[in-house]
Amino acid sequence: MSKITFGRAIHDALQFEMNRCPEVYLAGEDVGFRGGDFGEDMGLWAEFDGKHGAESRRVVDTAISETAIIGHAVGAAACGLRPVVEIMHMDFMGVAMDEILNQAGKMRYMNGGKLQVPMVIKTTAGGGVGAAAQHSQTLEAFVAHTPGVKVVMPSNPADAKGLLISAIRDNNPVVFISHKLLMAGKGEVPDGEYVVPIGKANVCREGKDVTIISWSKMVKDAMQAAEELEDEGIDAEVIDLRTIKPLDEMTVLDSVRKTGRLVIVHEATRVCGFGAEVAAVVAEKAFDALKAPIQRVTAPDCPSPFTPALEVEYLPNAAKVVAAVKKIMK
Amino acid sequence: MENVQLLEAYKRMVLIRKFELKAKKLFEANKLPGFLHLYVGEEAVAVGVCSALRVTDQITSTHRGHGHLIAKGGDVKKMMAELFGKATGYCKGQGGSIHISDYNTGILGANGIVGAGLPIATGAAFAFKYKNEDKVAVCFFGDGASNRGTFHESLNMAAAFKLPVVFVCENNLYGISVDARYVAAGVVNGKNIADRAVGYDIPGVVVDGNDVNAVYEAACVAVARARAGEGPTLIECKTWRQLGHYVGDPDNYRTDEEKAAWLQRDPIKAVGTQLLEKGVCSQEDLDKIAADTDALIEDAVAEAEAAPYPDASALLTDIYAE
Repeated sequence: MSKITFGRAIHDALQFEMNRCPEVYLAGEDVGFRGGDFGEDMGLWAEFDGKHGAESRRVVDTAISETAIIGHAVGAAACGLRPVVEIMHMDFMGVAMDEILNQAGKMRYMNGGKLQVPMVIKTTAGGGVGAAAQHSQTLEAFVAHTPGVKVVMPSNPADAKGLLISAIRDNNPVVFISHKLLMAGKGEVPDGEYVVPIGKANVCREGKDVTIISWSKMVKDAMQAAEELEDEGIDAEVIDLRTIKPLDEMTVLDSVRKTGRLVIVHEATRVCGFGAEVAAVVAEKAFDALKAPIQRVTAPDCPSPFTPALEVEYLPNAAKVVAAVKKIMK
Repeated sequence: MENVQLLEAYKRMVLIRKFELKAKKLFEANKLPGFLHLYVGEEAVAVGVCSALRVTDQITSTHRGHGHLIAKGGDVKKMMAELFGKATGYCKGQGGSIHISDYNTGILGANGIVGAGLPIATGAAFAFKYKNEDKVAVCFFGDGASNRGTFHESLNMAAAFKLPVVFVCENNLYGISVDARYVAAGVVNGKNIADRAVGYDIPGVVVDGNDVNAVYEAACVAVARARAGEGPTLIECKTWRQLGHYVGDPDNYRTDEEKAAWLQRDPIKAVGTQLLEKGVCSQEDLDKIAADTDALIEDAVAEAEAAPYPDASALLTDIYAE
């Protein structure tokens, strides 16, 4: 066990898998010499290649060319490699949406199950750094809406390592989303091989009065809210989904059946956010257990503003979670 | 092409033509679901290029892909079954005409999205180079796809990384109904799509896409360059589809004069004439090829019609790999 940053945990997962499996390679903008936009790939280029352009192989600095980054990975994966490709900010994924939506996600089904596309799209999301409307988005719902694609969003360094190793070993396209504000945060991470299964949520805090479901950075806000609620005599259960797709329905439903109340917290905008899917599943399968309407705490249906004065209003936080819980505890 | 090879090419072109004309009849008789985009008239491109390939080389194809698949060695029986949506088809009926693939034959996949094959072929070539395999990827795409962003990003990456890939642009002059001269920069002034290769510092070659020999020779040079680790080539094959964009297309955007002129240049008739002139075979031999091909296609149709549809339980299989 070592206390390392979220970014270092990503590095360690990549390093472990690249040493274990010669078919794993890393490609994307600035992943090589620079070591990734958040430094998480630092050292890998020198360790594995240390070469540029046509000479590079296992750590490949690409052009600013998202379509080719994701698109080439589809072909490489179909031909036996296990690419980890980096899209610096998830906002840029729109440039290459066809390669995710119509190629990576559908190739296996369209060819009748004969080929597989084992690839990881590693990317970052999230606001709170004044990055404005095109560098702050949290777009897990966009990719989760594509059959054939899995989506994971760790909230802490240990899960980052364990889920990235699982994503690389998965024989399907997996989108691995890190929150910018989590990158420098530290936590205890098991050394060596450490696997967190895809599709398994984590109950971070047990409680009996209300279930708060969250993922990525918002888990911190949910936990903070739970502590504040405890002071007021409200016992909240906090679930970190960790995997967006496939959704761990059992953990979600078991908790809601226990508490009878549900608040879903995500940083993505509200309309058609993944919280709507979680709410729908609960309404379909545990409606009888609900004592109050399901609440969502999300960003509004609005582009992320630049000025800190507005961004603080835009983003969900612990206080908004507390307010949502209190509303249904009356 | 040597005589033996030319004869093989002829047989392959006839097989493509007859497969498609049969598929057209079946489609018009409402026997095939979905859409059908026919390659009639462009057979020399697929056969010329694939004659320069090995079975282990991989191709990416397009929505107009039957020709590429048959040229690469695809089994017309499994293809026909797929067109019918049957469980015995190449993709168990889950893909259909525009999504047929068969890795073992070197068919990485036809594709319903114009230009989508370019980055996939680039990635296949990346894998071949990475694994130090003696394989080449070939991407077939149309003049329409040459205006998509995937064209630029793929040629740029393939050239920068010296990947073993050959980009084959089938310029049939129209993107559905729109004349390339109106929308593809430079074409109206006589520039070629292959001229764009200059920007990537790779060879750009223009060939008569209705001349199987010319296509083959250009492909051999490009494939040899790719195998030698020297990087990609862009080949533009000037050709023309004899039918509409899809079966049912009114095809009112091309003049009668244009149609008459191109129909004079049928690529299969041209090879047939060469074979006769060279004394490689007699008219009877050609007639026999036609009859044998007809019989094979009829068998394929009979087998496809008799084959079962997938069971309803197949719906949710193959979405995710284990």
